[in-house]
Amino acid sequence: MEFNASLIGQMITFAILIWFTMKFVWPPLTKMMDERAKRIADGLAAADRAKQDLENAEKKSADKLREAKQQAAEIIAQAEKRAAQLVEEAKSNAKAEGERLLAGAQGEIEQQIQQAKESLRQQVATLAVAGAEKILQREVDAAKHADMLSSIKAEL
Amino acid sequence: MAQDATSYIQHHLTFAKSASGVHLDTFWIALVLGLAFVALFAYVANKATSGVPGRLQNFVELIVEMVDTQIKDAFHAKSKVIGPLSLTIFCWVFLMNSMDFLPVDLLPTIAQWIGHTFFGMDPHHVYLRVVPTADVNQTFAMSLTVMLLIIGFSISAKGLFGWIKELFTAPFHAEGLVMTIILMPVNFAFQLIELAAKPISLALRLFGNMYAGELIFILIALLPWWINWVLGAPWAIFHILVVTLQAFVFMMLTIVYLSLAVEDH
Repeated sequence: MEFNASLIGQMITFAILIWFTMKFVWPPLTKMMDERAKRIADGLAAADRAKQDLENAEKKSADKLREAKQQAAEIIAQAEKRAAQLVEEAKSNAKAEGERLLAGAQGEIEQQIQQAKESLRQQVATLAVAGAEKILQREVDAAKHADMLSSIKAEL
Repeated sequence: MAQDATSYIQHHLTFAKSASGVHLDTFWIALVLGLAFVALFAYVANKATSGVPGRLQNFVELIVEMVDTQIKDAFHAKSKVIGPLSLTIFCWVFLMNSMDFLPVDLLPTIAQWIGHTFFGMDPHHVYLRVVPTADVNQTFAMSLTVMLLIIGFSISAKGLFGWIKELFTAPFHAEGLVMTIILMPVNFAFQLIELAAKPISLALRLFGNMYAGELIFILIALLPWWINWVLGAPWAIFHILVVTLQAFVFMMLTIVYLSLAVEDH
């Protein structure tokens, strides 16, 4: 156990070493560590932000999808309605056309009947005149008896 | 003064030995430093957050990252051992080397005082070598462990037979059977030398650097006290480099040797 001055000398040396470390070794180390911590913090923040962005985008896309689906359903409903309308229109058109044709046909038939009746009447009148001629055995003056003949024609 | 200096140096270079000659000072200083390393890292690992790390966690992460990068660069096989091994080697060697920074007389003087006060010993017979890596026993203990790991890695990568076969057929390859047999002893001798050279160079490099450093600190301590710092401070500052570099070199070479061990020749 012997203290001597060399202890003081070594303490001075040690102090200089500590000073050197504090001055030149420690600052770059702590700077590097701070930078590393900052990098990690930035990275984590960026990851959080990205996650938030992703969530937002997902929500937005879901909204869009829902909107589009709704629109599509609307369009389909409209189209269906329009189709039904068209079918209905066509149906009523066809019905009207049919009725029109039917009416035309009926009119024609009526007309033909009238015509047939007319000609029959004519022929009957002629026949009656001829019959009467024969019965009377003499010529009937058609002009004289026109009134009588036409009244007979009318009675037929 | 001459006799004084000689005995001063001799005193500083004598180990505290147990009855059977075990270097107790090397043993317990290395043990305490190893425990300090393990305790610090375990504490940080338990408290670690996956968020922004605090100062201490940041520091530990920095070291782990550095070791991890070196392994990824140099070691391409898969292994669970090499990461923790390299980290332990780097930190432990660094801490043991760092004992050099303490004033050479500080811990021995304290030990002398304790020995004298509590155990009534003669201060001149209380010895303490503070730097464990300036003891060949410590450096060889580590390098021989690395050698065993080299053999273990080789066997696990190539199989026992594959490893033995390689001992006799590499580095010289021959085509014919006769030539192969002739080359066998040559190859075996080469392999043995290679295997022995690795731990020896590992251990002696570290020991040589730290022993030389310590010796020069002791010599500087012999100067008059007021001039001590003129040489002591630059040498200590230079030692910051040596201490870190030697720890790094020991770790790096371990990784390289193990990576060579798992590769085919």
